[in-house]
Formats: sequence, C-alpha cells, structure tokens
Amino acid sequence: MKQKKIYLDYAATTPLALEVLREMLPYLKKDFGNPSSIHTLGQIAQEGLDKARERVANFLNCSISEIFFTGSATEANNLAIFGLIKSSQKRGVKPHIITTQIEHHAVLEPCKELKKQGVEITYLEVNKEGLVKISALEKAIKENTVLVSIIYANNEIGTIQPIVEIGKLLQITNSKLKTKIYFHTDAVQAVNYLDCDVEKLGVDLLTLSAHKIYGPKGVGALYIKQGSPISPLIYGGGHESGLRSGTENVAGIAGLGKAIEEIEKSKKDIKRIEKLRNKLIDNILKNIPKAKLNGSREHRLANNVNVSIPGAEGESMVIALDQKGIAVSTGSACSSRSLKPSHVLLALGLLPKEAHGSLRFSLGKYTQEEDINKVLAVLPKIVQRLRKISPFK
Amino acid sequence: MKKIGPYTKKVFEHFQNPHNMGKIKNPDGVGKVGNIVCGDVMWLYIKISKDKKGKEIIKDIKFETYGCLAAIATSSVITDLIKGKTIEEALEFNRQEVVDILGGLPPIKLHCSVLAVDALLEAIHDYLKKQKRPIPKKLRERHKILEKEKKEIEKKYKEWTKTEETLHEKRKK
Repeated sequence: MKQKKIYLDYAATTPLALEVLREMLPYLKKDFGNPSSIHTLGQIAQEGLDKARERVANFLNCSISEIFFTGSATEANNLAIFGLIKSSQKRGVKPHIITTQIEHHAVLEPCKELKKQGVEITYLEVNKEGLVKISALEKAIKENTVLVSIIYANNEIGTIQPIVEIGKLLQITNSKLKTKIYFHTDAVQAVNYLDCDVEKLGVDLLTLSAHKIYGPKGVGALYIKQGSPISPLIYGGGHESGLRSGTENVAGIAGLGKAIEEIEKSKKDIKRIEKLRNKLIDNILKNIPKAKLNGSREHRLANNVNVSIPGAEGESMVIALDQKGIAVSTGSACSSRSLKPSHVLLALGLLPKEAHGSLRFSLGKYTQEEDINKVLAVLPKIVQRLRKISPFK
Repeated sequence: MKKIGPYTKKVFEHFQNPHNMGKIKNPDGVGKVGNIVCGDVMWLYIKISKDKKGKEIIKDIKFETYGCLAAIATSSVITDLIKGKTIEEALEFNRQEVVDILGGLPPIKLHCSVLAVDALLEAIHDYLKKQKRPIPKKLRERHKILEKEKKEIEKKYKEWTKTEETLHEKRKK
C-alpha cells in the first residue's frame, strides 16, 4: 500500500496551486508572444505582464512602476544590494551596509562579496529568540551607511523582525542626514502570513518570491520605491525599465500575479495553520524529553516550527521521517561539505549538539490536522530509536 | 543494488536495524572518533580474547553513533565484519569492504567509512596502550593525526560562532 505523503517543508517550496497553473497555461501555449512585439500576440503577453504587475502592486500597496520582476528572489536581493551600492559608489561614497547574522544566503553572500570590494559591512547580532535589537541598529549607523537589509521573517526559525519600528527609526534618522539610508527587507517567507504594505512597513526595497506562495519556481520580484538609486546588474534590451534586461518569463510572472492575489483570500486560513503549529510545538515539547523550541514563541510565523532534539542527529531524523512519508528539513550539516551547522542556529547561541539535532517543520495551506497527528505519532519513536543508537541520550 | 535516492536498500536496512549496537560492559578498548561540532560521533567498544591457536581476537564489538544514516550504517557493517577477526587482521582492514557491502555510498558520505575505520583503530590503540604493549607505527601515526584534528575542529567552532564584524558575546543567557 502506498502511504500518503505528508509535506511539511513549505518554507523550502510550495506546490503550485491549481488556479495559478490555470493562469499560466495560456502563456505556455497559444499566447506565447514576446511582450516586446508590436503585434497582437505580443500585446496579449504584455497585458499578462501588466495584469501581474498590478496584482503585485495592489498587494504591496505601491505603484506599478515600482515593481520589477526577476528570475528569483535571490536575484531580487542581489539587485537591491549590488544595485544600490553600485549607484552610491558612482557618487563617490565609500558605502557601509548594516544587515543581520541571520539573513538568508542570498543577502549574506552578496555582502561577503562586497566586503572583498572594500564595502564596510556590519552584521547585527540577534538575541536568543532571533530578534534584532533596535538600539543595536541605531548604534551601528554611520555617516556612510547607505543600506540596511533585514529579513522580515526568518526562513529557518520563523522569527518576525520589527520591520515597522526599524522603518520608523530610519525615517527619523534620515530626516537628519544629508544622504539617505535605504531600507531593504527580504519578505520571501513573510508574504503568505504578514502585512506587506510597503507604506506601513516604511521600506524602500522589498523582495518576494513566487514559489513560496504556491506559484512557480524561477520568478521573483523587487519593490523599488520611486527615486531609489538602483543600477542594473544585467544589461540588454532594457526590459523592466532598464533594470533587468531579458525577455520576461510571462507565464511565470502571470503565475506570481495570480498567486499573490490568492493570498488575500486565504488570510482567514492563517489562524487554522497557527493552531496546527501550536499543537505541533506543544506536543513535541511535551512528548520528547529535552526537546527545545528554537526562535521566538511570540514573534513567530504562523507556519514555522523549529526544534532541537539533542541525542538525535538532524539528517537521520529527516530520513527516518521521510521513510514514513513525511517531508521536513534540518539545520544540521552532516551532508554539507563544511559540516558547519546552520548559521542562524549558531547566531542564536545554540551548542553544536543542539544545532545538529534540529528539525524544521513548515506548514502550509494544504496541511491537515491528521498530518500533524501522524508526525506526533511517529516522531517520538524515531527519536527514541536514534537516541538508543547514539552515545548521547 | 536497488537504490532509494542516493542510498542503497542495504544502507536503509542497517539504518533501520543496526547490528551490534550499544555498549560493552568493561570493554578492553574504546575508540571515540568524530566530533559533535561536525555532527558525527562514533564510539566503538571491543572485547579481546584468545582463539584456539592462542591468537588474540576481537571477541565482541559494539558501537554507539550520533550521525547521519551513512554513519549509522557503516558502524553497523564494520562491527559485523570485524567480529571474530584477529587484531592483525583488524589493523589491515580496508574501508572499501564496508562501502562494497553497502553497495556504495554517495561521495559526500565516504568520510563516514573513514570514521568507522578510525574508530576501530582507536579502540585497538586504546587496548594496546592499556596493556602497556608496543603500538605499531601505523597506528601511532593515525592516532596522532586524529588528536590534531580534534583540536583543529574545536578551533574552527570558535571561529564559526565569532564573526569578526560583530560585537558579539556568545552563549546567551
């Protein structure tokens, strides 16, 4: 008998929603035109792009001219960071960036690369819940600070940063400065669950991804507030107002537009997911000795569970769960070349044995209570078995 | 051999039901290798006795492993293979044998088989040392390397938790 697959890795990627696929299909079939073409087929494709741009702009409460489609959220982060730094360097500034220790690699690696090129970087520490201290940010600001990039909700531990407060602080700071500090947030994990109104958030740049919101892979978008000086990274035919050349992925972008529109409709589902999340957390902590929740209980994405289970190694737990048809992920790095556990868990101050014994469950709109019950039925046995094999119990 | 993802069915069998798992009471030698920092720890216990010809053999062998499924599977296989072997035979053991029995391992997991052999060598080293007997050169040298690696890993961990640009005080209360 084939067992039912239980997918609890929505933070890695989400399945494509049927209504999104329906929106995409015409552009993969009969409406295949190039949006740059003048003829009808081209214009149909152009309309598809326009519609998607409007949907994304509506969602973010911004103007359509402030939305730029990219090939991924990673690319959008790169465009925000490199694009802004490039333009400030053109003005002869030696730029300084403030970010955090718990960013996604798509922000950390561009910063690392820029450091090699002489850009100053400050990595803000986080407390044991994964929260940035606003006072630390305030202290880190320098005369030459041009960019603050802080992840809205962390992909591993689900901690939600005080983006509104940070936005306000930067607004006050900017009113006293000659050169503006721009504020970027990677909102990839936040879009499904949190308010992404850019006016309320006070951000100048915001990254989002289609495949984390039941859309297709290979599409991201960057919101760029009017007047922000961003230089392109890719040159060519001048697509996306010259900021991102390359014929648009029309079907993918149309999918992103539909996916983001659907989020409004599923807002009432968030409470349900949150309840399931709480059930999962509470019962893991109750039924598995020494298990510990990573991140914040209060400032936490509705769909994220991240626990450390000492004595049982993460990859082993993932594989054992997979054998039971349950897909989750871990911050352990037994399989990575560096053997270095997750930088996010280390930044929380976790010991190696806690970081290697971590599991992340990320829920989504197709998660049912019976899925959570199944996890709660099999996980304690798996942990017990692995602890029996392990020298640490 | 039939594969499920990058692993053979054999790997899963040993992961699911590992052989020779656990501790030996009053072992004659213990080998502790790997490091929790890297997420792989293997402890191997041996009990020595003499066979009919008076040769020393590994009468019993058990393991405790914290690590991925490849680490657990290689621990299980090596203990199977070594049980009943003479010390000389154990010292000459080739890790490829473990890999072959498992029907291969993904390249990134081959280090697990190195870990398993090191645990065995360390256990024999421990036994000979306790017996105050001469330790073969090869064994002595490998022991030295492993000790050195241990120190390097601990240093590395300190680096991981300390990013130069941060004003970080570690291990939050």
